[in-house]
Amino acid sequence: MSLHVRFDAISKNFGPVQVLHGVSFELQPGRLVGLLGENGAGKSTLVKILAGYERMTGGSLAVDGIVRQFAGSRDAEEAGIVLIHQEFNLAEDLTVAQNIFLGRELQRGWMLDDAAMRSAAREALQLVGLEIDPDTRARDLIVAEKQLVEIAKALSRKARLLVMDEPTATLTPTETERLFGVIGQLRSQGVTIVYISHKLDEVERISDDIVVMRDGRFVMRGPTQQFTRHQMANLMVGRELSDMFPPKQPPIDAAPLLTVANLSVPGWARGVTFDLRAGEILGFAGLVGAGRTELFEGLLGLRPRSGGEVRLGGERVVFRNPKDAARRGLTYLSEDRKGCGLHMRLSLEDNLTLMDLDRHARPWLDGRSQRAALIRAIEDFGIRTRDLDGRAGELSGGNQQKLAMAKVLQPRPRVVVLDEPTRGVDVGAKRDIYFLIQRLAAQGLGAIVVSSELMELIGLCHRVVVMRAGAVQAILAADQLTEEELIAHATGTH
Amino acid sequence: MPPVPTDSVDAAGGSVSVNAPASSRRRRAVGWSQRLRSAGPIAGLVLLCIAGTLLNPDFATWDNAMNVLTRTAFIGIIAVGMSFVIISGGIDLSVGSMAALIAGSVILVMNWVAPHVGSPLVAVLLGMVVALVLGAAFGLAHGLLITRGRIEPFIVTLGTLGIFRAYLTYFANGGAITLDNALADVYGPVYYGSVLGIPIPIGVFGAMALAGGFLLNRTRYGRYVQAIGSNEHVARYAAVAVDRIKILTYMLLGGCVAVATLLYVPRLGSASPTTGLLWELEAIAAVIVGGTALKGGEGRILGTVVGAILLSVISNILNLTSIISVYLNAAVQGFVIIIVAFLQRGRR
Repeated sequence: MSLHVRFDAISKNFGPVQVLHGVSFELQPGRLVGLLGENGAGKSTLVKILAGYERMTGGSLAVDGIVRQFAGSRDAEEAGIVLIHQEFNLAEDLTVAQNIFLGRELQRGWMLDDAAMRSAAREALQLVGLEIDPDTRARDLIVAEKQLVEIAKALSRKARLLVMDEPTATLTPTETERLFGVIGQLRSQGVTIVYISHKLDEVERISDDIVVMRDGRFVMRGPTQQFTRHQMANLMVGRELSDMFPPKQPPIDAAPLLTVANLSVPGWARGVTFDLRAGEILGFAGLVGAGRTELFEGLLGLRPRSGGEVRLGGERVVFRNPKDAARRGLTYLSEDRKGCGLHMRLSLEDNLTLMDLDRHARPWLDGRSQRAALIRAIEDFGIRTRDLDGRAGELSGGNQQKLAMAKVLQPRPRVVVLDEPTRGVDVGAKRDIYFLIQRLAAQGLGAIVVSSELMELIGLCHRVVVMRAGAVQAILAADQLTEEELIAHATGTH
Repeated sequence: MPPVPTDSVDAAGGSVSVNAPASSRRRRAVGWSQRLRSAGPIAGLVLLCIAGTLLNPDFATWDNAMNVLTRTAFIGIIAVGMSFVIISGGIDLSVGSMAALIAGSVILVMNWVAPHVGSPLVAVLLGMVVALVLGAAFGLAHGLLITRGRIEPFIVTLGTLGIFRAYLTYFANGGAITLDNALADVYGPVYYGSVLGIPIPIGVFGAMALAGGFLLNRTRYGRYVQAIGSNEHVARYAAVAVDRIKILTYMLLGGCVAVATLLYVPRLGSASPTTGLLWELEAIAAVIVGGTALKGGEGRILGTVVGAILLSVISNILNLTSIISVYLNAAVQGFVIIIVAFLQRGRR
C-alpha cells in the first residue's frame, strides 16, 4: 500500500524565473514528512509537480522505482498520489457527495448512481470524523468542514501518498486535533504523507522526518526528534532567529482611544464590550465561528448591527461603511487576502494607494507621488519584489500580506484592525510583521489583532479578548496569557 | 525605518539588486505584450483602411473619412460611457431604447416650448437640458436599482430596454415624432455644421473621448471604477464608496446617451420606434473590440474609440465595394468580434 518517491535533480522555471534548482530527496514509504520552507522556497511547486499539476523543466521523478512524468492530476491520482491544496477546490454549488465524486462519478448504465455515491461519501466522511449530510451544499460548510471534505475526497480516491499544503491554516485547535487524529489513522494504514505547514509545533508533533527547502533548493533532511523548533526556523530562513517577538512596551496613554460597548451583530455577536488604548496591541482569540471577524465587519458597517455604542477618541461614532470608518481613523485588514484584501490583478502602486488616493490627487492623480509612496512602503514594510511594475498577485504570500498592511496603514489611521495578519506567511515575514505592529503601536497607533495562532497572541499582545459563540468570554491581561488559559476560555471549559 | 533594522533591508535590497537583469528583461516582455494588445485594434484598423483604399479609391477621401467618423460619433460617444460601466463590472442593455425615448422626449419638449417662448433657439437649448437631465435620471434609476435594489445590471437594463422603447412607441402613437420645421432649421447645424472643417459630431466625439480617457486614468473616480471592476469586495473593504461610484457610472453613461441623441436628432428631425435600434449591441461590441474585458477591471478609452471606428469602417467598405454583400455587414462585424475575443482569450 505504501509508496516510495524519489525526486532527482528536479528543476522548474516559470518563464525566466527559476523556482526549483535541482531538488533531490526521497520520500520513504509510510513515513510522515514535514516539508518546511519559507514562502517562495518552492515547496508548493515541488508537490504540484509530484501530484501532476505542474510539469518539471528538468530532472526526474520516480514512483516506486519507476520514472514517471504525470500528464495531469488525474494521472497522478491513478498512481495513488493526491494533493490537498492550500486553497480549496470544492465546487461551491455542488453537494458534498457530488464534490467527492467530481470527475469520476459512479454510474449505473448511463445514469448517475446518486445513491451509491451518497453512501460512499458518507463512509468517507465518517473516516475523517465529519458528521454532515452528504447532500449539504459545499457553500454551506464552514472552513474546517471544507478542509475535512477535501481529505475525505482524497481518501475516497484511495490515496497512497497524501500531500497536505497548509491544512491547518484555517483550523481552530480543536479541529486541528481532529485532523491529527485522521492523519494518525492514515499513517497507521501505511499512507505516505507529506505535510507542509508554517506551524513548526505541528510539524514537530506529527512528523517522522523533516525536509527543509530554501530559495528553491533542498537544504537538508533528518529525523524530527533531532531538531528543536528553533533550529528548524533557523534552517528555513538560513539565519539565526534569536526571537520572534519584540519586547512589549507599555501602552502610551491611559485614556481609551476606542471604546465599544454592547455591540451586537445579529447572528454573530452579542453585547460585545471592550476598549483599546493608544499604543496598545489588543488580541482577539476564539474558535472559527466565534464571531470575531463578523464583529469587526459589523463595526465597520459591512454587516447589519443592532445596538451598541462606539467611541473613537472620545467621540461617538457610527460607521455606515468602511469609507466612513477610514475617514474617522479606523481601518481594517481582512483575513481574506485574495477575496477582500488585495486586487491581485492590479499593480502594487494601485493597491497601495487605493485607500489614500486623496493624497495623490491634486486634483489629478500623480503617478510620481504614487511611485514614491510605493518605494517608501517597500522600505518601511520590508516588501520584497523583483519588479516595481508587477501585479500584486505576483508577490509571494508574505509580501502580499506586507503590502496589504501597508495599504490599510496609508490613510494613517488611529486604530487598525488586523484580521489574521500572518495567515499563510513564513517565519521570517511573520517576525517582520510582529516588529512592524509593535513599532506602529509604539508610535501611538491602537492595534487590534484577530488571530487563531495562540503563540502570536501571547507573544505580541498587551491584552487578549477571548470570544466564544459571539460573546466575550474573558479579557486576559498580559500576565494571564498562556495557551491553556486561552483554549479554556475559547472552548468554554474554564 | 524598516521593521527589522538590519536583516530585512539587506534581504530586500539584495533581492532587488540580484534580480535586476531578470527584472528588466521581464518588464520589457510585459511592456511588449501590453503594447501589442493595445496596438492590436489600431493595427486592425490600419490594415482595414489599406484594404479599403486598394478596393475603392473613394475610400481614402476626406469626405468619406468625415462621413464614416460622423456616423461613428453616436455609437462612439455611447461606447465611451459604456466603457466605464463595463470596466466597473456592469452592463447596460438599454442604451438604444434610452436614446429613442430621449430623442422623442426632446422633440416633444422643443415643439411644445417653442410657441411659448417665441425663440426657437431657446426651445432647442431647453430641449438639450431636458435630454441631459433625462439621461442622468435614467442612469440614476439604473444605478439605484442595481446598488440599493441589489438586482443584476443585466436584468435591470433588460427591463428598461423594453420600458423605454415602449414609452417612445406610446408617445409616438406607433408612428414618428417629428420636429417642427422652424426648430429643425435652428437645430440642424448641430449635425450638419462643422467647425474648422471638422463636423460637429466628430468634434464632440473627440472631446468626450479625451475627457473619458482622462477621467478613467487620471482621477480618483476612474481608479475606483477599475478597482470595483477588478474585485468589488476588495474595493469595498478598502473604503471605496462602491455604491456611489457605480451609480455615478450609470449616470455618466446616461449623459453620454443624451449627448449622442442630441447629435442624432437633427439628422432626421424625428424619432420613431426604430430609432436607436440595436445601438446597445454596437456600443458593447465597440468596447469589447477595443480590448476591454467584459467581466470588468481593465480597459482603455482609446481602444473603445478605435473599436467603434473599426466597426463602422467595415460597413463603409462593404458599402463601397461589392466583394461581400452589404446584407452581410452584421455578419462581418460578428466575425470580427469573435476573432478579437479569440485573440484576447489568454488574458485574465
